[in-house]
Amino acid sequence: MRQRKSIYHNIDWWLVIMYLLLVSMGLFSIYSAVYNPEHPSLFDRSQRYGMQFVWIATSVILAFIIMMIDMKFFTSFSYLIYGVAMLLLVAVLFFGKEIAGSKSWIHIGRFSLQPAEFAKVATNLALARYLSGLNINLKKPRNVIIAATLLIIPLGLILLQNDTGSALVYVAFILVLYREGFSGNFLILGFVIVILFVFTLMAGKYLVLGVITAITIVLFLITQKVRKNLFTLFSIFAIIVAFVFSVDYAFENILQEHQKTRIEVLLGKKTDFHGAGYNVHQSLIAIGSGGLSGKGFLQGTQTKYKFVPEQSTDFIFCTVGEEWGFLGSSLVIIMFITLFIRLLYVADRQRSAFSRIYGYGVASILFFHLAVNIGMTIGLSPVIGIPLPFFSYGGSSLWAFTILLFIFIKMDSYRLELL
Amino acid sequence: MNSDFTRRKYVIISIFLVIGLVYIARLFYVQVYEDKYILSAQNNVIRKQIIYPTRGLIYDRNFNVLVANDVVYDLMIIPNQLKSIDTNQFCNLLNISKKDFLKYYTKARKYSPYKASLFMGQLPKEEFSYLQEILYDFPGFYVQKRTLRRYPFSVAALNLGDVGEVSRKDLKRDSYYKLGDYIGKSGLEKYYERVLRGSKGSEYVMVDVFNRVKGSYKDGRFDTLAIQGENLYTGLDLELQAYGETLMQNKIGSIVAIEPSSGEILSLVSSPSFNPAMLVGRKRGKNFNLLVKDSLKPLYNRALMASYPPGSTFKLINALVGLEEHAITAQTKFSCEGPESTPIKCTHYHDTPLSLVYGIQQSCNPFFWQVFKSILNNPKYSNTHKAYEKWYAIVKSFGLGEKFNTDLMYESRGNIPTAEYYDKLYRGRWNALTVRSLSIGQGEILITPIQLANMTAAIANRGFYYSPHLVRAINKPDNYTLSAKIKNNIPVDKKHFEKVIEGMEHVAEVGGTAWRASLDSIIVCGKTGTVQNPHGKDHSVFIAFAPKENPKIAIAVVVENAGDYGGTWAAPIASLMMEKYFYGEIKRKKKEKRILDADLIPR
Repeated sequence: MRQRKSIYHNIDWWLVIMYLLLVSMGLFSIYSAVYNPEHPSLFDRSQRYGMQFVWIATSVILAFIIMMIDMKFFTSFSYLIYGVAMLLLVAVLFFGKEIAGSKSWIHIGRFSLQPAEFAKVATNLALARYLSGLNINLKKPRNVIIAATLLIIPLGLILLQNDTGSALVYVAFILVLYREGFSGNFLILGFVIVILFVFTLMAGKYLVLGVITAITIVLFLITQKVRKNLFTLFSIFAIIVAFVFSVDYAFENILQEHQKTRIEVLLGKKTDFHGAGYNVHQSLIAIGSGGLSGKGFLQGTQTKYKFVPEQSTDFIFCTVGEEWGFLGSSLVIIMFITLFIRLLYVADRQRSAFSRIYGYGVASILFFHLAVNIGMTIGLSPVIGIPLPFFSYGGSSLWAFTILLFIFIKMDSYRLELL
Repeated sequence: MNSDFTRRKYVIISIFLVIGLVYIARLFYVQVYEDKYILSAQNNVIRKQIIYPTRGLIYDRNFNVLVANDVVYDLMIIPNQLKSIDTNQFCNLLNISKKDFLKYYTKARKYSPYKASLFMGQLPKEEFSYLQEILYDFPGFYVQKRTLRRYPFSVAALNLGDVGEVSRKDLKRDSYYKLGDYIGKSGLEKYYERVLRGSKGSEYVMVDVFNRVKGSYKDGRFDTLAIQGENLYTGLDLELQAYGETLMQNKIGSIVAIEPSSGEILSLVSSPSFNPAMLVGRKRGKNFNLLVKDSLKPLYNRALMASYPPGSTFKLINALVGLEEHAITAQTKFSCEGPESTPIKCTHYHDTPLSLVYGIQQSCNPFFWQVFKSILNNPKYSNTHKAYEKWYAIVKSFGLGEKFNTDLMYESRGNIPTAEYYDKLYRGRWNALTVRSLSIGQGEILITPIQLANMTAAIANRGFYYSPHLVRAINKPDNYTLSAKIKNNIPVDKKHFEKVIEGMEHVAEVGGTAWRASLDSIIVCGKTGTVQNPHGKDHSVFIAFAPKENPKIAIAVVVENAGDYGGTWAAPIASLMMEKYFYGEIKRKKKEKRILDADLIPR
């Protein structure tokens, strides 16, 4: 009795309220996106909004269950949970059903489940567990390799399902590693790689090589006196040259045709409004036609009349942009960023490293989804099919995000019990 | 514990904030700054549907409908929205080959992949109702209602004109038209296009990605109604026109009948004629080619475009000029030596010497040569040139040698040679003898049948005419058009007309050159003409009006290559026309049969 009371007292209500707000906004966006005048009830389960309501209701129940579970369950069983999740990812490769080119769904009776969504939670738990161990130092290669392995296993398995989007989410954990002491150079390296990649594809490899050579010569002339840097400088130069060539090769030979086209469309090298560019073009039209204050609830034409594909799942942000305009869509972004910063704040007040690392994981995963999903709808990132947390239609993703978040809320509420 | 890295929190927060700000900035650009997406969104969703007005009807003078409308359905295509369809089934439904399908599709796609264009025009009602039921299986196609011309009577094809798809030139000239629209191509349809077409309305509807209509845009706030075309009330007499076309079967030529008191054209027959319905609907192109290639040129409106020397009918004008100029009087007598006459022979046997009235009745060439000589040698004028100019002015005042510029399309001017023309031709040395052919309506002088009929109307009116026109009123029977009211006066005294008319009266009596033209109780005034034709047999010409007092009809008949005097063929045709006009039926069946049986087409 005493314990239950304390649980409620220590809940971070900010996070809970923001969760509820985002989920409700998501529900109304779905209602508007697939509105069917013959079934106007929000709770009509023949429609997607009716089903999303069911997912939300069950998510709330899940949240309650998580709040009831003893905190020790998550710390003690984190590797076990991780193991089960990995087994599910393997199982999906054998028993999964292929939908839209990806083999990522398991069907149990009438329900279908996407293990990749839950694998994020499990990986976050396992990573937090490992990194919070004693004597773990991310300057030690051995520790880095083990941590990376924890991430690469699910990433690889999901890639095998041909679900590139969900696999890429694991890149987000680089932020967690960085926070826990991993060298910042890797963040910069990642940034440089992206820049080089984009410029090589846009400007051609010879121009990029020319610029790189010029910079190296200039640096060489400036740093001539410091002989010991010479080796580093030329090694970096060699690596960059090799990278530029491999980008070109990889792009032409390794990427699948649709991935190539998506990237080319994004970089503005191709305009193809009816093929690969269609989704982004229509998405931009929907969002762009919203103007400053939007067309109003249920007044959006582009999404309702199905010009935007996947308008209730991956492209749900189009409905927000079209019906609530710049004001509404900015508000959504601000709410998300506020949620992330709040998560970091709450994470940093944790006394246990496990909870803190887990909290950073939650923020990083959600951030990656937001950045890629909204970036895709406004033409700033390639079309990668991952959901917008709490908004996109779908039981698996909503449950997974809810579990992800509420485990952390549970951890946070437990922080005072620790001593 | 890794608390040494606490400050790294701020790097991560910065990344969050930077991405957030970049996205908000991008949203600002896309949603607030850039306008094109709003337009694209409207293009996606809003379809403008054209509502076509019904074209105005065309009536005859007794309010019979000459041109009506039929509803047809055009199959339209929006190439972009074409999904993979069962082409075989589709082709079978429309009864077209796969090759045709591709041809129509390519043409539409060339015009615009995302705008609607015509796939197949003018489906009959039965085909439409069947098609409509299965069309939802074929996204990218829809059916558009249109009206097509229908002709309750097969008459006056050339006068009424035809309607066809707009040409590239029309599209450029007038932005009202869109590809696949219909426009008047000839005749009244062309001249009164703006009146007949009305004005298109439009309706804005919202469609989804499958082009299914989802409702009207903003409750129809921007919709406009179609305005129906206005009706034309012509002066044509359906029965007379139809009868004229029947009489002219197997003959080449024209009949023009005018109501002298108004200038309204009662009938305008050009033969051979054709059924106006030939140029309607899907077979239009094929039939048009047939008509173009026809050696008898049915598309050539002889009544307006063919010009002939007027022959002896022109003697009336010379007589009027002579009287007005006092070159002769009604009593002036000239003698005739019959075939021995110089410089022009006489082809008739009659008493001599003779004066004007008898001269007209007998169409005596020597008499009119003397008249013409008197005009050009008139002591009033210092020289032939001046006298000729006066003659020229009066001749022109009859509407000869000029277009009327009313609602008649493609008129020829005809030709009345000027004094300057002869000056140039004969290097200034010419006199009455040089141009003597003009005295009997031959030579350079050329007159169209409509001018001939109008000249007759002017004589019937004793000195004035209203410019001949087809349409008298628009929209309401009494809303007269401007071109229906152009009155022209002739500078010849009325009493001179009476003398000439007296002569014309005798023409149509027993003993006159056109005894075949006479009617029982109505006095017919006429004049025959035989037009020498260097290319073949002579043309037969006859002009007449009736009754003598208060004339109701003036008529000109030209039968090409009839090879006989005007009195033989042209006069009885004019007479039958007048009988039809006055009595509504033909009692002289034998006379009618003679004309109907005659085949005067040179072969």
